[in-house]
Amino acid sequence: MRSLRMIAAGVAAVTTFGIALSACGGSSSVSVVDKAKNDKVLNIGVKPDQPGLGLQSSSGQYSGFDVDVARYVAKKLGATKINFVPTLSANREAFLQQGKVDMVVATYSVTPERQKVVSFAGPYYVAHQDILVRANDNSISKPDDLIGKKVCSGQGSASGDRIQELYGSKVNLIRLPGYGDCVNQLLGGQVQAVTTDNTILAGFAAQQQNQGKLKVAGTFFSNEIYGIGLKKGDSKGVAAVDKALQAMFNDDSWRAALSKELPQVPAETPPTIGKFDIPFR
Amino acid sequence: MINFVSSEGHLILLAFWMTLKVSALSAAGSLILGTVLAAMRVAPLSVLRAVGTLYVNILRNTPLTLVILFCGLGLGSIITIADLQTTNYFWLAVIGLVTYTSAFVCEVLRSGVNTVPLGQADAARSVGLTFTQTLRIVVLPQAFRAVIAPLGSVLIALIKNTTIAAAIGVPEAFYTMRNELQSHGDIVIPIFAGYALFFVVITLPVGLLFGWLAKRWPVAR
Repeated sequence: MRSLRMIAAGVAAVTTFGIALSACGGSSSVSVVDKAKNDKVLNIGVKPDQPGLGLQSSSGQYSGFDVDVARYVAKKLGATKINFVPTLSANREAFLQQGKVDMVVATYSVTPERQKVVSFAGPYYVAHQDILVRANDNSISKPDDLIGKKVCSGQGSASGDRIQELYGSKVNLIRLPGYGDCVNQLLGGQVQAVTTDNTILAGFAAQQQNQGKLKVAGTFFSNEIYGIGLKKGDSKGVAAVDKALQAMFNDDSWRAALSKELPQVPAETPPTIGKFDIPFR
Repeated sequence: MINFVSSEGHLILLAFWMTLKVSALSAAGSLILGTVLAAMRVAPLSVLRAVGTLYVNILRNTPLTLVILFCGLGLGSIITIADLQTTNYFWLAVIGLVTYTSAFVCEVLRSGVNTVPLGQADAARSVGLTFTQTLRIVVLPQAFRAVIAPLGSVLIALIKNTTIAAAIGVPEAFYTMRNELQSHGDIVIPIFAGYALFFVVITLPVGLLFGWLAKRWPVAR
């Protein structure tokens, strides 16, 4: 009897905790456009740990393609100052909902599940799942070559899920928390391939310490459509960000940013704004 | 919410099962290694005592994250236990947890050994028992009875510590929870609450069981 009461108390404690937490996510619905115009400051969520896309240096400076896009868009919206907020894949939705960030430019693939809770502007890039191998390894050049190989991908990544869907247990897959871990395993010889978006892989291959040691296979499995995440329902914001992106495509700063930050990915034509449903091949 | 449970339920059950497997194997391993270490720390040979003390002081004072990462990424680069990577990392995580937890089991058990009056060991020796026999027949059975409740606390800590195995890709509860947070950003708090509840459901009975066992088998002197 006593034990039952204790279990009931535990359950009650956990439930109360959950309800208390969910009650504190109050929301104000100010469009990102108005915030940029009036406050001149925007909080933008970017990845802190992805070379070529969003990387925070030890001195705190941010660089990368996503960061360049964020700077361009923020300037077009009228903001004069940006606070970059490091975000993980797991807290992008939460940060937007809680108003911790005004927009997210963080290798944010547009999916139907995410569109339920986030409004997306863009797309500003279409990445493809690809394979990273050691520079001297010629045995892997297409997805089917992964069969029977030791492969690493990120936890919670669509790329890892796709490998499991396509090949099941035929590919010897491990999923580590970060791609840095995967790349170390590849360099150390414990795995033969790392797979995820070509943008992420190209960023690692281009890092100074990895020069000449790694190569991107250049085979595509999928389209990953990167969008800019805004608070759900901010249609005014989406329209303004779309306009800024279109300007970035038109005045060629999009291509310049891409070739500066991600020299290893093929230069493609910019995607069509508002078209999120791009079938693969 | 109901959609979430029906679409992810299978994965969640697999994750919980993995947490239980890692916990059970690590608990068994650290009980054995911990007992050996405790025996070393009370052994008459000074070399054994020194090795035992060194081991406990290094492992007890190293963060578990470091131990697990060392096992997965350091030890894993030297030895391969299984060819299938997920199995390989599973065992590396168990090795890490056993290595770490056995230091705590050893110290708990040693405090139990200290509750056994010295006269008993002297008496055992005087009737001709060797050191191992003294430990096995006289000292350890009493020591274990004295520390059942604190061993329960070590086991609870171990069960919660298994979440760190996610750092080397073991698909246990925390790993799966983090994945679900990425794809279901709209129900973050229910997901957290659900996984917290799972750990409470596992650890609360463990605490109660060990409390009951301690009463069931008191030290009779």
